[in-house]
Amino acid sequence: MTTIHYILKDGSTRSVEAKPGASVMETAIHHNVRGIDAECGGCCSCATCHVYVDDAFIDRLPPPDDMERELLDGVASERLPGSRLSCQLTVTAEFEGLTVRIPGSQS
Amino acid sequence: MAAQQPLVIVGASYAGTQLAASARELGFDAPIVMIGDEGHAPYQRPPLSKGLLTGKTTADKLALRGPDFFEQNGIDLRLGLRATAIDAGARTVTLDDGGGMAYGWLALATGARCRPLPVPGAEVEGVFNLRTLDDALRVADALSRSTRACVIGGGFIGLEVASALRAKGMEVSVIESQPRLLARAFPPHMSAYIEAAHRRRGVGLVSGRGVRMLHQVQGRVDAVELDDGTRIPCDMVVLGVGVLPNTGLAEAAGIATENGILVDALGRTSNPRVLAAGDVANMLAPRVPGAPARMRLESIQAANDGARAAASVLVGREQPFSGVPWFWSDQYELKFQMAGLPLAGDQTVLRGDMETDRFTLFYLRDGALVGAHSVNRPAEHMQCRKLIAAGARVAPAQIADESFDLRSVKALA
Repeated sequence: MTTIHYILKDGSTRSVEAKPGASVMETAIHHNVRGIDAECGGCCSCATCHVYVDDAFIDRLPPPDDMERELLDGVASERLPGSRLSCQLTVTAEFEGLTVRIPGSQS
Repeated sequence: MAAQQPLVIVGASYAGTQLAASARELGFDAPIVMIGDEGHAPYQRPPLSKGLLTGKTTADKLALRGPDFFEQNGIDLRLGLRATAIDAGARTVTLDDGGGMAYGWLALATGARCRPLPVPGAEVEGVFNLRTLDDALRVADALSRSTRACVIGGGFIGLEVASALRAKGMEVSVIESQPRLLARAFPPHMSAYIEAAHRRRGVGLVSGRGVRMLHQVQGRVDAVELDDGTRIPCDMVVLGVGVLPNTGLAEAAGIATENGILVDALGRTSNPRVLAAGDVANMLAPRVPGAPARMRLESIQAANDGARAAASVLVGREQPFSGVPWFWSDQYELKFQMAGLPLAGDQTVLRGDMETDRFTLFYLRDGALVGAHSVNRPAEHMQCRKLIAAGARVAPAQIADESFDLRSVKALA
C-alpha cells in the first residue's frame, strides 16, 4: 500500500492508502475524495480529474503523454506546472507520500 | 411535513447517483432512497463496449463511487428492486417485492432499454444486447467460444464493439440499415472517414441493408440474412440498434411524456413533486447554444448535468441545465470527441487532415460555432466546448488555417 495525500478545496488533507496499479483518480473515487469528477471514467477524454502535483513530485512521476498534455490545455481551472490528469497516474511504490491538490473547479 | 418524507430516486446509474450526491452536497437533509433494478451497485458504462470486452478492464474496477459512499451520505441504496407503479396523488411508489413507500420528492432516472430487433430468430442463443454490466459479461464470455461476429447497427455502441472484437482477433461484420454510418450525427464526409477507418482494420461493412432474419443451428445463431437474401455466417450477434426511453412508470402515473419524460431545464416534470434526469429525460434547453428547443441526450455529461440541475430544485437554489453537450467514443486508437449539437444544414469546416487521423470538423450556423467533432485532437475539443458555450463567431478561413491559434478567438466572442 502507498499513501497518497489529497489537499481538498477547503484546505484540509485526506490521506488514503492506494492499491498499486490503481490510478490516483480511481483511488480518490474509491475513498470518496471530493472534487475529482472523472466524468469519462478514466479514459483520458474529459479533463475533469485534474490535480496539481506537489512540486517535489513533479519530476518523479512519468511525464504526460501527448493526449494528456493536449487535454491539460483545456482544464477548467488554471493550468500550472504541476497540472496532471489523475486518471493517467498509475500508483507505484515511487508514489509513496505523493501529495496532490484538487483544483477549485473541474468543469 | 413533506420535507421529511424521503426523496425516492428510481434508477441507480449515472443520473440517479449524481442526483443523490448533488442533493447531499447542496445540503438536502431529508432521507434519500435509491432503487436500482440491477444487482450491481452503480457502475461505469463506457467500458462495457470497450475495455471490458478486450480484457483491458475488469468488472471490479467499474464502481461509480467508493463502497462506503452511499452509507456515508445517508443514501439508502436498494438493489435488485423495481418500481412498478407511482401514485402521484398519494405520493407513493409501489415496488416489485410487494412493498411500497411514500415520497416527498420523486426522481425518475429510469434510463433506456435496448430497442428490440423485430425479426425471426432474434431470440436465439448467441444474440446479445449490450446495455448493462450483465449484458457485457455475457458478451465477454461468448467471445472465448466465437470467431465470427455480426454487429447489427452501426451506431457508436456497435462501432465500439466492432473495434473491441477486432482487437480480440475476431472476424467482424457490421450491418447498418442507413446508406451510411452515423447518418444522423455526421455529414457524408465524416461518415466516409469512419467507414474507411473500420474497413481498413478489417471490418466487413454493409450499409443500406436491413436484416430479414437470423438463422440458427441447434438453437445457436449461425448466420444473419439481409433483406437482399445475402447470408453472413457468424457464431455470435451483438445488437446495437438504439434504445427506447423507459417512460412506462411515468406514463401510467399521468406524467407528460413524448420521446422521454418531458422536463424543463431544471428536470421538473409535469408533476410538481416529480423530477427526471438522464437518458429518459427529454429536456427543454433554452440555455444550450445551438440546441433545439428540446433534446433527449444519451450521454454521461447530460445525465450528470441534468441530475445536478434537478438536485438544485430540491434545495430551492435553481441552477438550470446549461452545459454544452459533449460525448466521446473510443474506437481502435481513434478518440472521437464531440461537442455541441450540429444539424444537417450547418456549414462544415475541416481543420487538420483526415488522412492523418488527427482533425476537427467544425460546424457553423449563422457564423456562430455550434459543434465540433474531433478525432485525436483533445485540446481542440476542449477549446471548442468553451467557444460553443460562449457563442463564439469565427471565420471559416481562420478555422481551416492550422497556424491560427483558436485560443485567440475568445476575444471575439
